Amino acid sequence: MAIEVSHISKTFGSFTALRDVSLRVNDGELVALLGPSGSGKTTLLRIMAGLEIPDPNDGSAVLFEGLDVTRQDAAARRVGFVFQHYALFRNMNVFENIAFGLRVRPRRARAPETEIRERVRQLLRLIHLEESADRYPSQLSGGQRQRVALARALAIEPKVLLLDEPFGALDAKVRQGLRRWLRRLHDEVHVTSLLVTHDQDEALEVADRVVVMNEGHIEQDGTPAEVFHHPATEFVMDFMGNVNFFSGRIEKGKAVFGPLVLERPGEAASEGQSARLFVRPYDLDIHRDYNGGKPSLRARVQRIQSAGLKVRVELLAETGETVTVEMSHEQFHDSHINVDDNVFVSLRDSRIFTEDYSI
Amino acid sequence: MRGGYFKRPSILPGFWPAFGFSLLYLSLVVLVPLSAVFLKTATADWHHFWGAIASPAVVASYRLSFGASFAAALVNAVFGFLVAWVLVRYRFPGKRLVDSLVDLPFALPTAVAGIALTSLYTENGWIGRFLAPLGIRVAFTPLGVLVAMIFIGLPFVVRAVQPVLEDADLELEEAAASLGASRWQTFTRVIFPVVRPALLTGFAMSFARALGEYGSVVFISGNMPMRTEITPLLIITRLEQYDYTGATAIAVVMLVASFVVLLGINLLQWYSRRHADAG
Amino acid sequence: MPRDRRKPRVTQDPALLRWTLTALALGFLALFVVMPLAVVFGQALEKGWHTYWMAIREPDALAAIRLTLLAAGIAVPLNLLFGLAAAWAIAKFQFRGKNILLTLIDLPFAVSPVVSGLIYVLVFGAQGWFGPWLQQRDIKIIFAVPGIVLATVFVTFPFVAREIIPLMQAQGTDEEEAALVLGARGWKIFSRITLPNIKWSLLYGVILCTARAMGEFGAVSVVSGHIRGVTNTMPLHIEILYNEYDFAAAFAVASLLAVLALVTLAVKRLIEWKIRRESETFPAVAEGAEV
Repeated sequence: MAIEVSHISKTFGSFTALRDVSLRVNDGELVALLGPSGSGKTTLLRIMAGLEIPDPNDGSAVLFEGLDVTRQDAAARRVGFVFQHYALFRNMNVFENIAFGLRVRPRRARAPETEIRERVRQLLRLIHLEESADRYPSQLSGGQRQRVALARALAIEPKVLLLDEPFGALDAKVRQGLRRWLRRLHDEVHVTSLLVTHDQDEALEVADRVVVMNEGHIEQDGTPAEVFHHPATEFVMDFMGNVNFFSGRIEKGKAVFGPLVLERPGEAASEGQSARLFVRPYDLDIHRDYNGGKPSLRARVQRIQSAGLKVRVELLAETGETVTVEMSHEQFHDSHINVDDNVFVSLRDSRIFTEDYSI
Repeated sequence: MRGGYFKRPSILPGFWPAFGFSLLYLSLVVLVPLSAVFLKTATADWHHFWGAIASPAVVASYRLSFGASFAAALVNAVFGFLVAWVLVRYRFPGKRLVDSLVDLPFALPTAVAGIALTSLYTENGWIGRFLAPLGIRVAFTPLGVLVAMIFIGLPFVVRAVQPVLEDADLELEEAAASLGASRWQTFTRVIFPVVRPALLTGFAMSFARALGEYGSVVFISGNMPMRTEITPLLIITRLEQYDYTGATAIAVVMLVASFVVLLGINLLQWYSRRHADAG
Repeated sequence: MPRDRRKPRVTQDPALLRWTLTALALGFLALFVVMPLAVVFGQALEKGWHTYWMAIREPDALAAIRLTLLAAGIAVPLNLLFGLAAAWAIAKFQFRGKNILLTLIDLPFAVSPVVSGLIYVLVFGAQGWFGPWLQQRDIKIIFAVPGIVLATVFVTFPFVAREIIPLMQAQGTDEEEAALVLGARGWKIFSRITLPNIKWSLLYGVILCTARAMGEFGAVSVVSGHIRGVTNTMPLHIEILYNEYDFAAAFAVASLLAVLALVTLAVKRLIEWKIRRESETFPAVAEGAEV
């Protein structure tokens, strides 16, 4: 089922959580709402669930498959909601928790008990917790509790699954395992899903589409590849992974950042306008001698961090900025770089942002 | 700092003086006098004892004391829960004042409460005058005893339930709502089970308190033999007749009842702590 | 995301339900709490201020007030001492039998006041254990002032302890241990570190203890000889006046105790406010966590 929100705003007293947000999620997609705290992503999710009411502006609506559900209350919307801290009912065991949504249906709509039990057993198999049906939430680990919370939400056959930072309260390893498990589950079950997270690795790994939010509005909406390799705004570039940053200006049609002069074909930027250069650490190369071809900077090696998957080299550029370069261990080994060496750093790829537009 | 008695070595000073004094005080003030009750009974012969505790007047008083205490505790359980709910979840002007007032039955001396309640419910009392035409008599009837017991037991339920309601996790209610539960279903299946242990504890404490109560009840009861005599009153009348054995016998019954209720409360709390957990 | 947003809609009850329940709750409280309080003052002043003052200044009434204050004046300091000692032992040390000690402290709550008085009659009364011994020396405890004091002590001794024990337990031993390491000795640790940390709850415990000591009826009724002007406390005097149908006078004396009760409630509010204020400026100190 497709969901659409249009022109949604939400203020809490003096704090504006959402500013005129519009978004469409297609049937069967898994979309990640990614952003820092305060970006409004959880508020948006809760509005979709009916747990919050958006500001009553003209044109604002929440649509499920075209139908306006803005006035419909949470119990009637049939959304599956998974909370960050599970919100499992501690006076009920796992089985009863999962069966809850099926048992509270009005008599007419309620399935016979045998059917309910069968459905719960199916879900227990799906989450691999058949043996734990009798246990109480207090007897489960964090990862198990979250799986039960998910099964409970799925039990009511929701039209859409909304997950609010579901793995936020778990250890790193458990988180990674559950991430993969969620993706596989989605591939099996195909429920339209929205996942709120502040972890960009999670968003990139799990989602079909990533919506980056900041301060109540959407910065970019695209596939993980688009958002990562072609960030639309500075915020997105900075938020998605480490980045090196330089300030400069547009002069004579070129972008000038100290000794770095970059030709950028395309629309002419106004002369004298300030510009910002963003470069990923792995888009930089270190050479002993000036390479000639690509724009380069002189720099001195400050620190080499070789413990980890990649080698990170910290350098002090001639412009005064600290630059971080990432390379594989092989490349590092071949380069023979040492601390205090004077080297050249060249750019392979970068993004330039000015006030008007981004290149 | 003797290792054997302590579970963990103590480096702070002053344990033995403090502990010793406490124990001495407790013994002199509490244990020794309390033991007098049981020792006195032990020396009396069984026939005498049974006669003292099973005579018709005394049995009638048991019916009244236990019955009215139980009923009052029930009323307090219902309305006390209501009051706690309203205080925790709703907003209205003067809420703080109301919250303070809940403690009044606990702070007000029992004799003052006793004469105040009697005055209210006599036939020309502030409330009694409205009930008289309806044929409802409160003062000097078991109903009056019930009213007085409701008064004194009120704070126990409210104060037992309030903290649990205050700590209730709203996300649980949101989860229930998102799963399709109506407000009533959320209340009965999610909220109430969490509050139930505290409610039971409050009920038990209210019951225990009403059982032994004297001052608040003795004025409004009228003390009519076989009808509105509460058990503590019978102890006093026996004493006034210098029937120490009789008085002590009844006191034993009351003590045993109190201890049973106290035990029940402790078991309840232990049981609910076993089930309480995180997440 | 500000966590103090107004309660989300799904957890709010419908308005009609809210108003109905609130009205029911307030109605219940008005009937069972407010009205009895109101009638005390209403009846006390029914015959005018003059009658009111006369009732209070009457010699037997004054004697009752004096006796009440005396009993409280002895019982409260004793119980304060006990409360502090017991709290120190229980809160700052780990030893076997702590639970038994705690249960014993709660005992007077489980015992009917009449029984509380009876036990002293059994020990000190004419037919009691020490009865003959006391009679020989012409010492009167039961039906005299000492008995009243004893009964009062018994009924009110948990109050101070119960107020400060949970607080001291929550505060732990870190600060006292720190003081010890810095060279402070026993009494200094207690007076400079422990006492200031519990001062508000201690104050409330003392006030509660005092109010209960002055208001105790059942236990005192048993051990007192009900001799006007001699062995009557205020509650007993109220009883006598009421039984003689001197309602205005009875309620006049009662109103004094009612005012004391209201003061107790006001002090409790004040202390809660103080504690909340302290926890806002020094969150760690108020909760007893490691600073």
